[in-house]
Amino acid sequence: MTTAAAVEISGLTKHFGSTRAVNGVDLTVPVGTVYGILGPNGAGKTTTLRILATLLRPDGGEARVMGYDVVRQAGQIRRRICLTGQGTSVDQDLTGAENLVLLGRLMGLRRGAARKRAAELLDAFDLAAAASRSVRGWSGGMRRRLDIAASLIVVPDLLFLDEPTTGLDPRSRSQVWDIVRALAATGTTVLLTTQYLDEADRLSDRIAVFGAGRVIAEGTPAELKTSVGSGVLTVRLRHPQQRPAAERLLADILDSPVHRTAEAALLTAPVADPSRATAALTTLTQSGIALSDFALGQPSLNEAFLALTGTPTPNHKPSRKEDVA
Amino acid sequence: MNSESGHVTIRQQPVLAKGTHTNPPHAASASMTFAWRSVLKVEHVPEQLGDVLAIPVIFTLMFTYLFGGALAGSTSAYLRFLLPGTLVMTVLLLTMYTGIGLNTDIATGVFDRYRSLPIWRPAPIIGALIGDVGRYLIASGLVVGLGLAMGYRANGGTTGVAAALGLILTFAFGLSWIWTTLGLVMRTPGAVMNIGVSVLFPLTMASNVFVDPDTTPGWLQTIIHVNPVSHLVTATRGLMDGTATAGQTAWVLIASAALAAVFAPLTMHLYARKG
Repeated sequence: MTTAAAVEISGLTKHFGSTRAVNGVDLTVPVGTVYGILGPNGAGKTTTLRILATLLRPDGGEARVMGYDVVRQAGQIRRRICLTGQGTSVDQDLTGAENLVLLGRLMGLRRGAARKRAAELLDAFDLAAAASRSVRGWSGGMRRRLDIAASLIVVPDLLFLDEPTTGLDPRSRSQVWDIVRALAATGTTVLLTTQYLDEADRLSDRIAVFGAGRVIAEGTPAELKTSVGSGVLTVRLRHPQQRPAAERLLADILDSPVHRTAEAALLTAPVADPSRATAALTTLTQSGIALSDFALGQPSLNEAFLALTGTPTPNHKPSRKEDVA
Repeated sequence: MNSESGHVTIRQQPVLAKGTHTNPPHAASASMTFAWRSVLKVEHVPEQLGDVLAIPVIFTLMFTYLFGGALAGSTSAYLRFLLPGTLVMTVLLLTMYTGIGLNTDIATGVFDRYRSLPIWRPAPIIGALIGDVGRYLIASGLVVGLGLAMGYRANGGTTGVAAALGLILTFAFGLSWIWTTLGLVMRTPGAVMNIGVSVLFPLTMASNVFVDPDTTPGWLQTIIHVNPVSHLVTATRGLMDGTATAGQTAWVLIASAALAAVFAPLTMHLYARKG
């Protein structure tokens, strides 16, 4: 069976009690692409992935994976996909090598072939030195790499990665990125979820932004950045009473809406072109608006949400800016 | 990224090349692979077996040497009465780890990976139950060994002991399906363990493991007589002594089949539907 779409979802819904976790999602993932689902906690990313991986039955709508229906043809789908979930999806009591051999056997490899494949993957993922130690003692980054390796024993047609870098240090995160890029280079379709805008931007061919169980924006990273802004200028005023004047000037020069923050002296605004940010800072200083601090950075997920929907992410608690490594 | 950051070198791109699809393993092969996993776990975490073994060993030693003379006239006479009971107790206490293990797999996410594999659906659970037989045999061997060292001699001989073990394992297999059901329903491994301890302890205590029920008050005798553990202990004792009746053994076999008939389908239903 051939199909142009690895994933086709229409009108998908899933409720848990009175919570509408997935509330009418439409999505198409083309074969051979890396597709990013971006959204905050509770946006329905994981639930959608679990439905696609045949772990959950949808309440309504339709979902097809590699052309097969997730409810009626789950067995066909399981032969073509692999899921690396959010938790540790390997047995922590076992060694790294044992985990991969076990899964190799379950994929239908003979004992010798399973051992050989396990050794290959451990080597390629830089885990060979720890291969014979219990996974319990491994670092988070190593465990995550093993989790991903465990999904590649037989490289699937479609790989699901659920928040592959959440909780990882910057070094481990960049290692996971390298793996995803290498996979993409070989033509494997990857559907990943993330809470980080920069991660979705760097890895994905297309991105769907999820919010409250729906797709609120979809497109290439370039298209999304046009609406979100490729960067965000943050300025802290020395005199908070100058805020109205500063807001007017920034909006004028950057040609984008200025967002107020909870802190009276702090303003943020999307920046399409970094050179305009320089101009904006110069103009502010020339107009007698003193700054105590400024920064130009990637927009956080929350800022992206503001730009796309005009409302902050649901359940957003003001916190320090997301680490963009 | 600064220059210090390490990068995974995907040295051999072919490692990630799309392989040919393999044929998923047969039901038996998948189940045996999961049984192998259980064996590996015992190898890597033998402490788990130790925790459970401590209780029967302590009880065997304590009851035999402290109370044996008072209860049965001599410690050797009491040991003959007690050992089949502690054997039953040992294996029954171990059965709850089936549920705890399953629940832990769900909590960590391993369960999701197994459920998304193209394998016979019951394989992870059947495999775990097969693997458990290994743990039961190790534990039983240790308890019987302790008994022999303390001077226990079975009238039923090796055949009697083997038959008794077979009967206990059959009952444990039936009982395990209750634990797999609970393992799927309960929220945490700790909760499964709490239920396990609070059900299994009263059941083994309010039975004929330690004393002849004729010496207990009437209301307790009623409880002891309906307690399935008592029936299992009676049959086990009979087999090890060479005096078991067909009725005693049949009762246990029917009870085991009934447990499996109710809870195995329930487990598989919950397993398939688990979110």
